[in-house]
Amino acid sequence: MTGGRWRDRGVAALGLTVIWVLLWGSFTPLTMVGGVVVAVIVLTVFPLPPVTYAGRIHPLSVLRFAGRFLTDMVLASAQVAALAFRFGHVPRSAVIAVPLRAPSDLGLTMTAEALSLVPGSLIVDVDRKRGILFVHVLDVSGPDSVERFRQDVLDLESRIIHAFGSPAERHALGEVPA
Amino acid sequence: MTGVLDVVAGVCLIVGALLSLSAGMALMRFPDLLSRMHAATKPQVLGLLLVLTGCALRLRDAVDITTLLLVAVFSMATAPVAAHMIGRAGYRAGLARKDLLVLDELREADDRR
Repeated sequence: MTGGRWRDRGVAALGLTVIWVLLWGSFTPLTMVGGVVVAVIVLTVFPLPPVTYAGRIHPLSVLRFAGRFLTDMVLASAQVAALAFRFGHVPRSAVIAVPLRAPSDLGLTMTAEALSLVPGSLIVDVDRKRGILFVHVLDVSGPDSVERFRQDVLDLESRIIHAFGSPAERHALGEVPA
Repeated sequence: MTGVLDVVAGVCLIVGALLSLSAGMALMRFPDLLSRMHAATKPQVLGLLLVLTGCALRLRDAVDITTLLLVAVFSMATAPVAAHMIGRAGYRAGLARKDLLVLDELREADDRR
């Protein structure tokens, strides 16, 4: 087993311990030790497939991504809510294919999750091998808005890669690796 | 200071509740399964976050806030997965109304396969 694998397991154990302590809601030695024991048991009994994470986290880009994500969520929520109360209008939609530029497993998952949390877009299917997301978009008026939305997804992907991506992924965006 | 926090908490709770109401309305009014999935899974995320924020501002207790934080994290992590599973199953079962789709690139991709 390589060192990277052990580091991943350590991160997973740490995450599980934090969740355990938060569930108990008290920061005592007993809950901490209990958390570590439970985490080790969980990781031994239910081993996860290895997730390769070669990226580095860039705090500024993370903030930019989070800020944009929150505004997107508020705007889109308002739009969907307005659509719900609009009578005499049947919203039309579209299923569009968006080929991502740097499809790693983790990048694909994060883009899909972030996209799904914003109202108005829903992942219908994923082509993991070719890195294509099939997105259902609510309230599409025509080809223009489809293209605009496709560009929005690619922008979201590049924000995520700027925040969490590896140099190889940055390179795939067509930029000089940071 | 407590007064201000209470007002902010109240606003968060009311706006969150209104968003959840609009989600319910959308669930009733949207025309097909995929559109309804948006209503069933999305506005509630922001609505829930606002309600949780409101509760946290009102409770002001470390134990409660950590629990609220976990609720927020897990609902944000699981909502997209649930939406994806139902949407995908529904689409494959032919429940999506094709006449409402301006464009369907998934069917084109399926046809090529």
